[in-house]
Amino acid sequence: MNKELINLNHISKSFDGQMVLDALCLSIHENEFLTLLGPSGCGKTTTLRIIGGFETPDKGQVIFDNQDITTLPPNKRQLNTVFQKYALFTHMSIAENIAFGLRVKNKSNAYIQDKIKYALKLVNLDGYENRKPDSLSGGQQQRIAIARAIVNEPKVLLLDEPLGALDLKLRQDMQYELIRLKNELGITFIYVTHDQEEALTMSDTIVVMNQGYIQQIGTPETIYNEPENAFVADFIGDSNIISSIMVRDKLVEILGVKFDCVDTGFGEGRPVDVVIRPEDVELVKPEESGLNGIVTDIIFKGVHYEMCVMANGFEWIVHSTKMSPVNSTVGIKVDPFNIQIMNKPESEDEEAVKTDE
Amino acid sequence: MNKKMLSLPYLFWSIAFILIPLGMIFFYGFTDKTGAFTLENILAISQAEHMKALWLSILLSLISTIICLALAYPLGLILTSMEVNQNGFIIVLFILPMWMNFLLRTLAWQTLLEKTGVINGILSFLHLPSLNIINTPYAIVLGMVYNFLPFMVLPIYNSLAKIDRNVINAAKDLGAGNLYILKRIILPLSFPGIVSGITMVFVPALTTFVISTLLGGSKILLIGNVIEQEFTQASNWYLGSGLSIVLMVFIIINMVLSAIFDKDGEGGLL
Amino acid sequence: MKKTVYRIYTSIIFLFLYAPIGTLMVLSFNSSKTRAKWGGFTLKWYSELFQNDAIMKALWNTLAIAFLSAVFASIIGTIACIAMTGMKKKWRSVLLGITNIPMLNADIVTGISLMLLFLTFGFKFGFLTILLSHITFNIPFVILSVMPRMQGLNPSTYEAALDLGAGPVQAFFKVVFPDILPGVLTGFLMAFTMSLDDFIITHFTKGAGVDTLSTKIYTEVKKGIKPEMYALSTLIFIAVILLLLLANSRSKIKSVKTAERGKS
Repeated sequence: MNKELINLNHISKSFDGQMVLDALCLSIHENEFLTLLGPSGCGKTTTLRIIGGFETPDKGQVIFDNQDITTLPPNKRQLNTVFQKYALFTHMSIAENIAFGLRVKNKSNAYIQDKIKYALKLVNLDGYENRKPDSLSGGQQQRIAIARAIVNEPKVLLLDEPLGALDLKLRQDMQYELIRLKNELGITFIYVTHDQEEALTMSDTIVVMNQGYIQQIGTPETIYNEPENAFVADFIGDSNIISSIMVRDKLVEILGVKFDCVDTGFGEGRPVDVVIRPEDVELVKPEESGLNGIVTDIIFKGVHYEMCVMANGFEWIVHSTKMSPVNSTVGIKVDPFNIQIMNKPESEDEEAVKTDE
Repeated sequence: MNKKMLSLPYLFWSIAFILIPLGMIFFYGFTDKTGAFTLENILAISQAEHMKALWLSILLSLISTIICLALAYPLGLILTSMEVNQNGFIIVLFILPMWMNFLLRTLAWQTLLEKTGVINGILSFLHLPSLNIINTPYAIVLGMVYNFLPFMVLPIYNSLAKIDRNVINAAKDLGAGNLYILKRIILPLSFPGIVSGITMVFVPALTTFVISTLLGGSKILLIGNVIEQEFTQASNWYLGSGLSIVLMVFIIINMVLSAIFDKDGEGGLL
Repeated sequence: MKKTVYRIYTSIIFLFLYAPIGTLMVLSFNSSKTRAKWGGFTLKWYSELFQNDAIMKALWNTLAIAFLSAVFASIIGTIACIAMTGMKKKWRSVLLGITNIPMLNADIVTGISLMLLFLTFGFKFGFLTILLSHITFNIPFVILSVMPRMQGLNPSTYEAALDLGAGPVQAFFKVVFPDILPGVLTGFLMAFTMSLDDFIITHFTKGAGVDTLSTKIYTEVKKGIKPEMYALSTLIFIAVILLLLLANSRSKIKSVKTAERGKS
C-alpha cells in the first residue's frame, strides 16, 4: 500500500446538538480511490467537507502530509473539490471557470492557456472554451467542474456525489471516465456517494458509514462478499440476512436446519446473523436438501429470474437463470463458502448497524 | 374552457387604463389649446427655471441612488452572512414601515431635524456642532434615501441570497480569498439585483414632488413639483404633459439600461 | 469582532428606518398641539380621533379603496395569469411588458395619465376614479406574485384531475387553485399595502370633497397636522404588528405540531 496522505484522527462533529460524526478515524493513502458510502445523513458529506475545510470538527484532527490542517481555511489547502450540482460560475465562460484557480495564484497567461487546453482535452470537451456553463448539458457541466479542479494539480480530489444529478446511462459512462482520469492523473480521489453500484465499480477502498460511524472498510470484493454486519450486508446489494445459531466451528443452524460453513471462532451455540447473497442460493429438488420451501413469486429480470421462496417462515430472495414455477416446492442449497457469518450487534455503538427497514 | 377568452378582461383593462392614458399624455404634450400640433410644450424644458428644476432633480436623485447603494450592499452582505433562515422576516422588517403613512413618516424627519429637534438635542448633548439641514437640498436627499432605501435593499438581498453557497465554497476551494471572491464572484452574480435596485430608487427619486414639498420648504422646486403645479394649480395640462414626456425619456433610458443588464429579470423585489 | 461591527451597522440602518415611526408614536401622546415641543403626556388625541368625522371618513375611504382595489386586482390578475399560461410566448411577453409599465413608470406619470383619461372621458372625479386607478396599479403586483407559482405548477396535476373524472372548472378549483393560492394571497396583501400607502396617484385622480388619509394629511401639511392623525397612524401600525405576530405565532405552533407528529 502507498504512503499515508490524510489521517482523520477521532473527528467528532454535531449540528444543533445532533451528533453527525462520533470519534471517526480514517487513513487515506496516496493514489487511492476511496469511496465514502452510506445512506443520506450517515455523515459522509460532513466528513468530506471537513477534509475540504468547509466545516471545522468539534473534536479531533485532520492530518495532511504529516501536517495538522484542522483549522486551515479551504483556500490554503492542497486539495480541490468537485461539488454536488457542479457549482460552476455561471457568469464566466468555460475557459474563465477553469482558469479561476490559476488566476488566483497569479500564473502566467501562457501557462493558463496551456492548462485550459490540457484540461478540456482530458475531459473530452476540446473547443468549449468560450461557451457559458448554462449552455452545457449536466454531464458536460460535471466534466467542467472536474477540469476546473484538476488544473490546480491538487494532491487530492474530493468529489461530493458528482454523478447524482445525471441519468443512468450517463452516470455509467462517467464512472469509467472517472477511473480513467484517476489513473492518468495519479492522484487520490475521495468520493462520496449513496449508490453502492457506483462505489463497487470505481473504488480501491470503500468506507461504509451509517449514523456517523464507520461500519466497514475494505476493498469492493470484501465489502460485497464478507460484510461484517447486517447493515453492510443489507446496504450493499440484495441479501438474505437470517438470524441463526452457530452450532460449532464450521456448522451453523439456519431456520432449524444445519448447514456446513467455513467460519470459525464464533463459539458454540451462539446467536449470529447469516448473510447469503441471492445469487448464491441454489434451488434443487426437494429431496436433495434438508430445507424446503414454496416459490411464492417470480419476476424475470433479464439476466436472471428473481424468485421469492418461503421456507420455514423466512422469505428468501433467489437469483437464478433457471426458473421454478410459482407454488412449486423446491429445496434450498448453499455452498459452504457462500455462507457469511456475522456477529450480532452488542454494544450501543453497534446499534447503528440496525437497518431502518 | 377557452383560455384565450380569459385574457380579455385584463387585456381590456390594460388598454383602457394603461395604454390609452399614456397616449393621452403624448396627445396633450404635442398639441396646444386649439388642438394643433406643436413642439412648444416639449421645448419648454429649455426655459431656465425648468432646466434648473430638472438638473437639480437629476443631481439629487443620483446622489440618493448612490447613497442607497452604498448603504444597501454591505447590509445585504451582512444579512445573507447571518444566514437567518427566516427570509420572510427580513423582508417584513423593510416593508413594515410602509404601514405607517409615508407622508407622516417623511414629515417626522422635520421634527427630528429641526433646530431644536431630537437629533440636534443629541448632538449638543455630545458637544457636537448642530445640524441645520431642514429646508435644504440635503434634507431632500435624506428624505429620498429614507423612503427608497428598502427598494434598494430588497433586490440586492434577494440576488445575494440566491447565490449558491457551494459556488462561493468552490471559489474558496480554488484558493480565492474573501476580497477576490467578492470582486469576481459575488459582485457579478448579484449585479441584476444592483441594477434593479438602482432603477427602483432612481425613478421615484427623480420624479418626486412630495419629498421636496415636505422637507425642502417651498423654495426648492424639483421637476416633479413643476409638473404637479401645472396640473393642479395652473391647469395647463399641455405644458404639464410636455414636461412629463421629457421626464419619461429619462425613465425609459433607465428602463432600457436595466433591461440590458438584467436580462432574465432576476433582480426582483420578491 | 466582525459580528459586532455587523450588528452595529444593521442596527443603525434599522434605527434610521424606524426613528420617524417612533417619533410619530411619541407625538401622538404629546399634549402640545405643535410638533416642535413636548407638552406632557396625554391620551386626548386618541379619544378625539373617533369624534373627528373628517378623519374617520378619510379612514373609511382609504380602507374601502384598499380592500376593494385589492380584491378586484386579485381577481383580474389571477385570471390574467391563467390566461397567460395558455398563450404563445410572444403574446405573453407583450402582455407582461404592458403589466410592467405601471411598476416601472413614475407614479406621477401614471397619476397624470389617468387624470387626463378621466378628464377627457368626462368621469366625475371621486371615489370611483380613485378605485379604478388603484386597481390599475395593483394588478401588476398580483400578476408578479401569482405568475411564478403558476409557472412552478406541474401541469400533470391538472391533467391527472381531468383523467380522474373532474371537469375543467372543478379540476381548476380543486387542484390548481390551492397551489397558486399562496401567490394570490401575497399579491392581495401587497396590493392592499400599496393602495394604503399611495398618495401620488390618489392626489391626481381624487375629486374635491373625497379624501383618503394620505391626501388629507397632504392638505393639512401647510396648516399643521392634526395630532389625531398621529394617534390614528400609531393605532394602525400597532394593529398591523399585532396581526403579524399573531400570524407568526400561529405558523410557529403549526410547525411545532408537525415536528412533534413527525417524531412520534
